[in-house]
Amino acid sequence: MSPIQEKGMSLIVKTVTKLTVGFILLYGVYVALTGHLSPGGGFAGGVIVALAFIHVMLAFGKEVALRRLRSQTLRVSIGVSALIFLYIVMAGFSGRSIFNCEITIPICEMAIVGFGLFAIFTALVLLSKTDKDAE
Amino acid sequence: MSEYLLCLILFSIGLYCVVRKRNLIKIIIGIGIMEYAANLFFVLAGYRKTGRSPIFSADQQVLNMVDPLPQAVVLTAIVIGLALTLLLVAVSIKIYEKYGTFDITKINKLKG
Amino acid sequence: MQLVPYLIIVPLVAAFLIPIAGKRMKDIPPVLAACASFTLAILSCLIAAAVITCKVAVYKVGNWPPPAGISMVADSLSCLVLVTVNTVAFLVAVYSIDYMKKYTDTWKFYALFSLMLAGINGVLVAGDIFNLYVFLEIAAIAGYFLVAFGVEAESLEAAFKYAVMGAVASVFIFLGIGFLYSYTSTLNMADMAAFMTMNNSPELVVFVSVLFLMGFGLKAALVPFHSWLPYAHSQAPAPVSAMLSGVSIKVLGIYALARIFFNVFGFSHAISSILITLAVLSMLVGGLLAFGQTDIKRLFAYSSISQIGYIALGLGVGTPLAIFGALFHLVNHSIFKSLLFLNSGSIEEISGTRDLGRISGIISKEPVTGYTNLIAAFSICGMPPLGGFWSKLIIILACIQANRPVLAFIAAIVSILTLAYYFRALTPALFGKEKGEGGSGQKAGWAMAIPMVVLAVLAIAGALLIVPSSANGAHILLKDAASVLTNGKNYAMMIMGAM
Repeated sequence: MSPIQEKGMSLIVKTVTKLTVGFILLYGVYVALTGHLSPGGGFAGGVIVALAFIHVMLAFGKEVALRRLRSQTLRVSIGVSALIFLYIVMAGFSGRSIFNCEITIPICEMAIVGFGLFAIFTALVLLSKTDKDAE
Repeated sequence: MSEYLLCLILFSIGLYCVVRKRNLIKIIIGIGIMEYAANLFFVLAGYRKTGRSPIFSADQQVLNMVDPLPQAVVLTAIVIGLALTLLLVAVSIKIYEKYGTFDITKINKLKG
Repeated sequence: MQLVPYLIIVPLVAAFLIPIAGKRMKDIPPVLAACASFTLAILSCLIAAAVITCKVAVYKVGNWPPPAGISMVADSLSCLVLVTVNTVAFLVAVYSIDYMKKYTDTWKFYALFSLMLAGINGVLVAGDIFNLYVFLEIAAIAGYFLVAFGVEAESLEAAFKYAVMGAVASVFIFLGIGFLYSYTSTLNMADMAAFMTMNNSPELVVFVSVLFLMGFGLKAALVPFHSWLPYAHSQAPAPVSAMLSGVSIKVLGIYALARIFFNVFGFSHAISSILITLAVLSMLVGGLLAFGQTDIKRLFAYSSISQIGYIALGLGVGTPLAIFGALFHLVNHSIFKSLLFLNSGSIEEISGTRDLGRISGIISKEPVTGYTNLIAAFSICGMPPLGGFWSKLIIILACIQANRPVLAFIAAIVSILTLAYYFRALTPALFGKEKGEGGSGQKAGWAMAIPMVVLAVLAIAGALLIVPSSANGAHILLKDAASVLTNGKNYAMMIMGAM
């Protein structure tokens, strides 16, 4: 085993994580994509996606989780998703009725998932015990 | 009336926690409790006995709903609370790295 | 008024583009932040020019008519503060291009700076009370992050204290909004004000006033709630201190307080006496505590508390002249206090310390910093031709006019106190013999020098605001802003009329 894989929790936790993390991700995506039809909205979807990554991080350690998801990707996704949010807001400002449009609903959902990714990013930064410039 | 009283008690517990506890994490939990008490109060302000959930559909009239506005407001407030909690936890982790303790009385490099 | 929402959109776009540019392209974040704040300064001037003629600009979000929809309101008071805030913010952004080079990960600074600016502009144009709260929180949370930006033990501690106190204050404000909503069943401020004039205000409004006074008083650092300010303002990087002290405490504290107490609740005797008590306490405590300070930034921070007391005093006395003086002092103070904090940044860079005992001979080492600091200090002490003198004079005169000579006396005493502690602290630092040692001795680059010079010129030109003439747009704006607060209850009618 490589030194990276020795970190984290016991073998049982790692195995269970390997089995379940895909389903958690899938469920998160499902909640996000059907958010506009269900009570509570798609916001929870982003959080569930974020939880999947936190799950990986708890079981395997920070390095593995960060290898899956680079900080550059995260930073760009924060920026892009926030800009999509802003686009939706501006579309609302300009008086177009956006909530009837077929295209904007998926865009909303994507933005919401992006916001969830933002949550992961902050969570990763929080739990990182190393210094800030590790990225 | 009793539910408002419960709100007040919850709020007081949170305030007590912020003011009296010495552990940083407990202070953060106290702030969370205070926020939830305020949120609960706001939702209760829009509650109506025998009201139904404020979802509009074609076969129902806009009658006898609970007030949907506080719910939207509280949703926003919860997100703000989340951001605040994240900030506080992040700062307290960094403080732990620098000072090696969560005890607020030992975190006193600032004088005056 | 189609321009109003751009006051929030422009800084948000900048804040979200900066993480995408990120670390790789180092030059883009500062340029983006500076461009955004420059655009904002131009925009706010345009809006102010429009508001001088039409008095109030209302923007209905998504074309929904208020009170059902959200509205953004820019009246004279908002415009006065908007122009001040965005000008100061632009100069601070230019200053930080050079200053922030010694930190790592500066893109985070610029992103948070833009976010804070969005929050502050949002507070100023918010037409309903919940939006005011949300934008206030955005600005405040960005502020907590920025205080901790140095990630040193002291700055983290200061940020934690600031964040905990700010969070408690926010909960109080939110609770107050909850009570207010359950009473008036609307969140729109104009609608709320109309409701309050039609109904007698019950005990509930008094309770809500107390909650708001606690919440906004903490954000404004009025005295019983001031203890976070010296820590936060002295530990933050210099541009952040300038933003917090020059802009944030005024907008989040004083502006919000004035807007709610004068325009929504209507000014009452009880509020007046509470405000005056807090103001006098702030003036005296801030002034006296500033005497013992050895750290230059802590000195400036305590002097901020004392000067905020002046503004609150003017608002508390509540006559038209006093309110005029308070707003005039608000504008002046945000110019010279941000200048003082920017100076403290370059002084720290020149002499390598913030300890007043070890700073000396700044004028001979670095004339730009030295002379601009002198002008700012003269203005804050109330030297005759400068802006600070006129605003203090107007507040003192207004106290006498309102038949409160004791308050006038206290204000005059505190003014002398201000002169005394600045004189004591800055004379050796500016003129003293050069001790040579310590610090890089590095000169401030152009990006640091120009904002300081421009702010010094503004601090001198601030006196022009009281020149009454039809060509002097700033004076008209100031007078209109004062009349918005004086005729508090007309606010509802004015907004409803503009719809």
